[in-house]
Formats: sequence, structure tokens, C-alpha cells
Amino acid sequence: MSRLSLVPAPIARLPWGVLALVCAICGFGLVVLYSAAGGSLRPWAFSQGIRFCVFLCGALVLSRIRAETLKALAVPAYVGLVAMLVGVEALGAVAGGSRRWLDLGIIRLQPSELMKPVIVLVLAWFYDMLPAAEIRRWSAIWPAAALVGVPFVLVMAQPDLGTALMIVFGGIVVMFLSGIPVRLFVGGIAALVALTPVALGLLHDYQRSRIEIFLNPESDPLGTGYHIIQSKIAIGSGGIAGKGFLAGTQSHLDYLPEGHTDFVFATMAEEWGLLGGVGIIAGYLLVIGWGMRVARRAATRFGRLAAGGLATTIFFYVAINLSMVMGLAPVVGIPLPLVSFGGSAMMTVLICLGMLIAIDREGRAAAR
Amino acid sequence: MASGRPGRFITDQTLVYTFTRRALVLGGLQIGLGGLLAGRMAWLSIAQKDKYDRLAESNRVQSQLIPPRRGWIVDRHGKPIAINRTSFRVDLIPDRLQDPDRIIDELRGLLDLSPEDVKRIKDVLDKAPGYQPVPVAENLDYERYATISLRQADLPGVAPSSGYARAYPLGAAVAHLVGYVGPASVEDYKKNHDPLLITPGFKVGKEGLERTMEPWLRGKPGAKRTEVTAHGKLVADLTTRPEQMGNMLRLTIDAGLQDFAARRMGTNSGAVTVIDVANGNILAMASMPAYDPNSFSDGIGQSEWAMASADDHLPLMNKALQGLYPPGSTVKPMVALALLRAGVPASDMVVCSGAYRVGNGLFHCWRHGGHGAIDMHRAIAQSCDIYFYTMARRIGIDQIARMARLLGMGEKYELPFRSQRYGTVPDTAWKLAKYHKPWTAADTVNSAIGQGYMLVNPLQLAVMASRIASGQVLQPRIIGNKHYGPQGPPIGFDSEHVDFIHRAMRDVVGGGGTAIAARLPVAGVEMAGKTGSAQVRRISMADRLAGRAGALGTGGDWKLRDHGHFLGFAPFDNPRYAIGVTLEHAGHGAAAAVVARDVMTWLFAPERAMATLAANEAQWGGGISERMAAETARWDTAHLAGPTPEQEANPDPATPDAKIPPGERGD
Repeated sequence: MSRLSLVPAPIARLPWGVLALVCAICGFGLVVLYSAAGGSLRPWAFSQGIRFCVFLCGALVLSRIRAETLKALAVPAYVGLVAMLVGVEALGAVAGGSRRWLDLGIIRLQPSELMKPVIVLVLAWFYDMLPAAEIRRWSAIWPAAALVGVPFVLVMAQPDLGTALMIVFGGIVVMFLSGIPVRLFVGGIAALVALTPVALGLLHDYQRSRIEIFLNPESDPLGTGYHIIQSKIAIGSGGIAGKGFLAGTQSHLDYLPEGHTDFVFATMAEEWGLLGGVGIIAGYLLVIGWGMRVARRAATRFGRLAAGGLATTIFFYVAINLSMVMGLAPVVGIPLPLVSFGGSAMMTVLICLGMLIAIDREGRAAAR
Repeated sequence: MASGRPGRFITDQTLVYTFTRRALVLGGLQIGLGGLLAGRMAWLSIAQKDKYDRLAESNRVQSQLIPPRRGWIVDRHGKPIAINRTSFRVDLIPDRLQDPDRIIDELRGLLDLSPEDVKRIKDVLDKAPGYQPVPVAENLDYERYATISLRQADLPGVAPSSGYARAYPLGAAVAHLVGYVGPASVEDYKKNHDPLLITPGFKVGKEGLERTMEPWLRGKPGAKRTEVTAHGKLVADLTTRPEQMGNMLRLTIDAGLQDFAARRMGTNSGAVTVIDVANGNILAMASMPAYDPNSFSDGIGQSEWAMASADDHLPLMNKALQGLYPPGSTVKPMVALALLRAGVPASDMVVCSGAYRVGNGLFHCWRHGGHGAIDMHRAIAQSCDIYFYTMARRIGIDQIARMARLLGMGEKYELPFRSQRYGTVPDTAWKLAKYHKPWTAADTVNSAIGQGYMLVNPLQLAVMASRIASGQVLQPRIIGNKHYGPQGPPIGFDSEHVDFIHRAMRDVVGGGGTAIAARLPVAGVEMAGKTGSAQVRRISMADRLAGRAGALGTGGDWKLRDHGHFLGFAPFDNPRYAIGVTLEHAGHGAAAAVVARDVMTWLFAPERAMATLAANEAQWGGGISERMAAETARWDTAHLAGPTPEQEANPDPATPDAKIPPGERGD
């Protein structure tokens, strides 16, 4: 670092490009939320902006933690979250109905949300600990499967199909990166396809109907299919350049449900068109690509696996949400991080970002 | 899992290598999926943009149709027969309705809704889709409409509106002619799902010309376009397309004559048709009794319908086109024309002794003692049956049938009415085909005086009169603003024959014939005509022995009395108007002749005709509407208050027999 400047070295060494990108994505999201509220900062854009600032600061603090510390915290965090998931279930059983959060007084904590990065960390910890020679043995697989399976079952029981799937996807990605045999994944996919009918039988009625309606949204134009139909109308009618800022009719006349949360991308696309959509997709791919580069140049096996998993977790958010709003996936309730109004996904993504910066700092230090 | 790749030992270094490779694969998959999503978005927003634009537009814009005003129906002089008047109505929009029970309760107070109405509204409300307005009340007076409009803010979902309703200034007099309008039926809507059909206040023609001329009269709906939110909240009014009124329909009818003819029939059941001899235009075609098309168009109540259905004078049937009757002696001029054409000299005499034997049967002349020696001219004027029995047998039925068809009997005319019953002109081939029996001499004898199998509708009587009067195959016409081709060819025989018949028919009226009562009280105008009394049932020997057949025909049970017909034209020396009158069970053709006289008088001296009518109506208990109101009141007291002993003593007016007039069977 030959840079001689007024800025302290730790700050100067931050990955400013990625931070600018993240701020740009969230800033664009604020513009969309401003429009979704009918041209008003309230009730969404203003609080979302404040929240972003707070979480971004948190992420920068997190980025100061050393990767070794993250590794050490992985198992306690995992155990703690599993305990909280059980607690949520127990409370739900007492209070009746489905519960996804614990009310801690100041904030409502969704343990399943935090489980998304933590499952990556705990699996990275596991494969880091596992001797290289054992990577092709059963002992490399069943503990990882168990680590994924326990939170999966607990989250499915909430029931929250989207989050449960993301936990499994996060786990599978780390297992894939760890080097266990490829044919296991091929076989796994084959088995999954074969077991799909059985799995459908285990789903809740509302989850099954969401999948059926996804396959044929017109079958239920006034019910759940309504979301997908209206979202496609918003995106399709936006065209290449969009209808213009504050000129979206689907969102402003309330035809688009959840236009500020899960379907915020449709709100955006209606007013900013294909150009806005491609811009957001490109922005995310750049952030995720940076995360994957962090993984490749990380100094430790834990760093590599954790960074790869965390970057892919961000990717899953984006991919599942966009597939959902464009009618390529069932409506599973996954928001578009940084853009959708709401704190949970933003917090998770910024935690991932903070940890990626932490891993990156050590990687670059090792490379120097 | 002991199956490591043989000959390869896994180290941390190989794992780094594997990781890098797999991370690149994963990165590639991510970029691929990202590209796929961008591609999907491009597909939606470029390839399918038009489709989604349309869908977004149909979300955003709600079009509410404005029903078009129907075209007017006017008479030949432009006098209105069917017009539109402003009417006020109130509908409920289910989607916007909050707390339906409270609102319906409030409306009940404001609009005086009956419990029946409230039940209907609630029933419809339960089944109607949310966007489709449910009618609450129609034809409100302005005060009620204004009250609802002022309170609209606290009555969410209540939609008062002003529109147009059909009005028929002449009322029942034009009922069977123009018909009436009403809401489109479910079947109509199912045919093409035209949203106009379910727009509140929109009505289609249900009967008569209103029905058959529907496309011409309907017009084009306007549209009120509004921008609405998904919750149906109005955001802005967009451009409104005004409705386009339907075309005006001009008829050949003379409204004054139509009204007079209908009123002149008085308490009779029957039909009067007047045709312009110059061109075949129908100047009047009235069938009475009739319903009031105004109240039918507003939607009639069950009791009103029950009353009309139960009436043995059949107010729901257009007798001018759908009533079939034996024509009786009105066919005699036609038969005489057939005789002349077949070469029978008019001077040939027949001796009428009062009875005529065919095989075992004995056929009588209406005149008990007979007419003595009689020629064709007198046979027509005196309506001698025996002359026609004898002469008809001389030329045979087929020649008579040919003439009958030439003069319009058994013919279905090109007229915009949904059902015409066109009757029967029997001949040898017809009988063989229908009954598989050969024609007999008795059949010829019956047909010669318009009895037996022969059946006509009242319009055909007028057409026959117009063809005899003009000597031309006139086609009856009713649409005034339609371009018709030239009228039919001359009837194609000796004008001397026609003149002869004209003179004979004049003497029926003016020369001491059977219809002296039909003499016109107008100086210089003489009417020519022929009466007819059609038997409703065969007069048996027993009846004949018991007394005069005529007494039986005129007395006793109304339904067993003879029908009275008259056909004629005036002035006889230069025919301008032809007329056909049928009065059901009037007893004798003379009754029809008197009505024909007054209707014809109206054409030449309207004041005089109106004076006669005023005197008559005073006797009958008022004009058509007063009598109908009185009848409704009688019906209501008898039926709404429960059966009274007096009513139970009366025969049930709704027996199946009463619904089909005896002359109507067969065609």
C-alpha cells in the first residue's frame, strides 16, 4: 500500500467499489419505494434508508472481525439459532398458529433468517476441520447433512418453505465447494425428481396450491395466481424503457399486491422497464461475482468455503425472488434484498457482505 | 465412502484446486441464471409487451356502457308511436357496497320498496358478480331520484342514474303492432356475451316491430371510461364516448287511424286492418284487446301477467296475424271472380229454394225460404249460399283455390313480424296430402261459402280486399322508410270482371244487400264490401229444427257465437282504401260492417267519426285505458283479496279451451 493519504489505512483498504454498488442498489430501491408510496418518503423509503445506514454500519463493524473469530463463533451461533428455532416452535405451540419470530422486546428476531449465513459458516467450519483425506467418505457427508437437516426441519415446521429451501441450498453449495464427489449431487438431483410427488404430499395445502397455481396462474386469477399475473402484467407493460417514474399504473392503482415488499421488482420494472431490470440484475451479479472472487483468493479453507457460500446465499435471494416475480418459480415469499421494504433480508445480506469484506481483508493481506 | 479415485491421494492442495474449479463452475451457473432471468424479463417486456399493455389497460380502465337511446318509431306523417322519455333509476354496485343490510334497509324507506322487492334485491345481490350493477328501482319520480342523489355520500354502492325509458303515447292501440321492450334474457346474453345486454336500464325489443327491427332501432352504446384502483375506487374520469341513438323507424301506419280503429272495436275481440290501395301500405293494423306496452316495457307484475293470460279475449295475441278464422261469405266475391274467369256467365241463373242436396247431406242457404231465381250480381249482394254451392261445383275447387291464392289467401307476407299464421286454402291435392282422402262434393260446397277447411287471418281479408279493389297483386307493406321495389303485377284478367265484382260489392252495402249498415255517412263516397259470418261449430239438424240458425249464432255462450267478418274498399268507383275487419264471436258480419263503416268514415270525415266514437265510448265505460284500468281494479279485488263466493260461482276463465279460439286451429 503505497497510497499516502489522509484516510486511515483500514478505511482506505475497504472494497469501495462493492460498497458503492451496494449503496447504488439500495438507493435505487429507495427511489422505487418512494414511487410505490405514491411519491412519498413515508411510509417506506425513509425508514428503509435509515435501516440501511444502520445495517451498513453494522456490516462495516462486522468486517473488522477476523476470519478466525468468525470460525470460532460459527458453532455457538448455530447451536444458539437451533435453540431459538425450537423456542419459536414451542411458543407457537403454546400461543397457537404459526410463529416465525421471537419478540426480544426491542426487535423481533427471526432466527430462520439468521440461519442462512450461519449454516454456511458452520459447514465451512466443519469442512475446514475435516482432514482432506476424508472428503470422499461418509464421514464427510452425514454430519453436514445433519447440520443442514435440523434447521431445515424446524423451519419447514414453521412453515416457511422459501427460507427452508434457502438453508438447504446454502448447505449444498458449501458441500459442493468442499469437494465431495460430484456424482452425489447428480444422484441427489435424480432422487429429488423421483421423490417430488412424495414431497408434494408432505407440503401444507397452501404451499401445494401455490405450486399448482405457479404452474397455471390463470387457474386462480383472483386468488394466489393473482400475484403472479399482476406481476407479469407490470413487468411486461413496462416495456424496454418503462412507463416513467411515478407513472406505473399497476402499482399506483393497487393492482400489484406486495408491490413494496416481495414484488418490488415488478414495481421497479413497470416504471424503469427492461433497462432498470437489467441494471439491477447486473448490479447484483457484480456484487456476487466479487464475492466469488473473494472466495477464490481467500487464504484459508474456511475463508474459501464461507465466502463462496455467503456470496451464493446473496445469489439465491436474488434468483428466487426474480424467478418468482417473473412467473418462473412459485410464490415462496423471498424478498429482493436491499430493494424490498423490510429489515430481515437486508440484515442478512449485509451480514454476508460484512463477513465477505472480513475474509477479503485477510486474503489480500496474505497475498501481499 | 471408501471409493477415492484410485492412484490419487487427496491433499489440501488438491482440495484447493477442486475448490477453484467448482467455484468457477458455480460462478458460471450464477451468471447463466442471471442471463436467463434477464432473458425472461426481455421476453415479457419486449415480445409480450402488447399483451401485457392491454391487460394493464383493462385493469386500469373500467368502461361502463351507456345504453343507447332507441330509435323512434313514427307513423307516416312523423307522429310518434314509440319514443324515449327520461327516467330515473337506482342500482346497487355490489363491489362498492358496505353493509348491504343497512343500505337496503335505508333504501326501503327512501324508495318505498315492497318486501317482495327487498327479497329480489337480496337474492340477486347474492349471486351477482361484484362489478355488475343490481337494479333496485326503475322509473322513479324526480324527487326520489334527487333524494338518493343527495344522500349518495352515506350510501356507498348505491348508484342513482338517469336514463331513458320507452314510451308509447298511443298505449294499447299499438301494442300488437310495435310490441314492447324489456331486459335482455339470459339466453340472449349467452349467445355473444355482449356486455351491453346486462347494462342496467338497457332494453331490447321483446315483441312486434320492436323485436324484429331491433338491429335498426338499437343504436350504439356509449362508454364512460374511468380510471379505478384494484379496490374499485374511482381515481379519475377519462374520456367519455357518447352513445349513438338508434335509427328512426317510419311506418306506413297512420297513427290517428290506428288509434281510432283500436278504440272503435270497443269491447270486442278482433282485428281491423286498413290498406292503401295505391301502394299496399298498411295504414292501420289493430288487434284488440291488447296489453299496455308502456307498463309491459316497465316490467309487469305477476298479477298483471296472470290477468292477461287468463282473459278469454286473448290480449296477448296479435289476432291480425295470428288469429285464424273460417272466412265465411267474405270469400264470395273471390269465388265469383273464379267463376267469371272460368267462363261462367254472370247472367246464369240458379234457383235457390233454401236447401241444396249433395248426396245424403242437405246444405242450407242462410235465408230460410231461399232467394228464388238468382244471378251472380244478386247472389253476391244477397249473399246467396245456394248460388255458390251450385256454381262452385260447376268449376270445381281447384280453380277456386287458385283464385284464392292469387288474392292473398294462404299466403305468408314479407312483413317484419315474428309469427304469421297464414291459414289454409284447401284443394284436392291438399286434402289428399293432409287427410289421405279424396276431395268430395260436400267439401266444395263448404269451401264455396268460406267454411269447412278454409282458414284466413284478418290481415289476409284486408289484402284480399285490396287486391280485388286494385286489380293488382298488392303486397302489404309496413316500413315507411324502406325502399321497396314496384308493387306486384296486375291480377291479369278482364277489367270488366273486376268492375262487375266492384258493382256487386257496392250493392252489398248500398243496393239493399246484406250490409246496409256499412253505408258511409259521407256524401259522394260509397263503400263496396262483403260481410261474412263464420260458424264456430257445425249447426246440427237438431239446432236447425229447434229454431233459426242465426239465433243460435248470435245468442248463447259468447264462445259459441259466429265470428263476424267484413272486407271492403272505398270509394267503390275509385278505390283508395281497403279494409278487413274481424270481430270474434260478434254473432254476424253486420257487426264487423258497422266497425268498418266508422273506420272508413274516419279517413274521409274524421270529425264525424270521432263524434260517433265519443258517443260509443260513453256507453262502453270510457276509452281503452279507462276500461283497462277498471278491469285491472276488478281483477285485483277479486284475486288479491282471495277468492270471493261470487267469483267461485263463475266458471274459471283460464280453462284451456278458452285460450284457443275455435277458429284458430289448423293452418
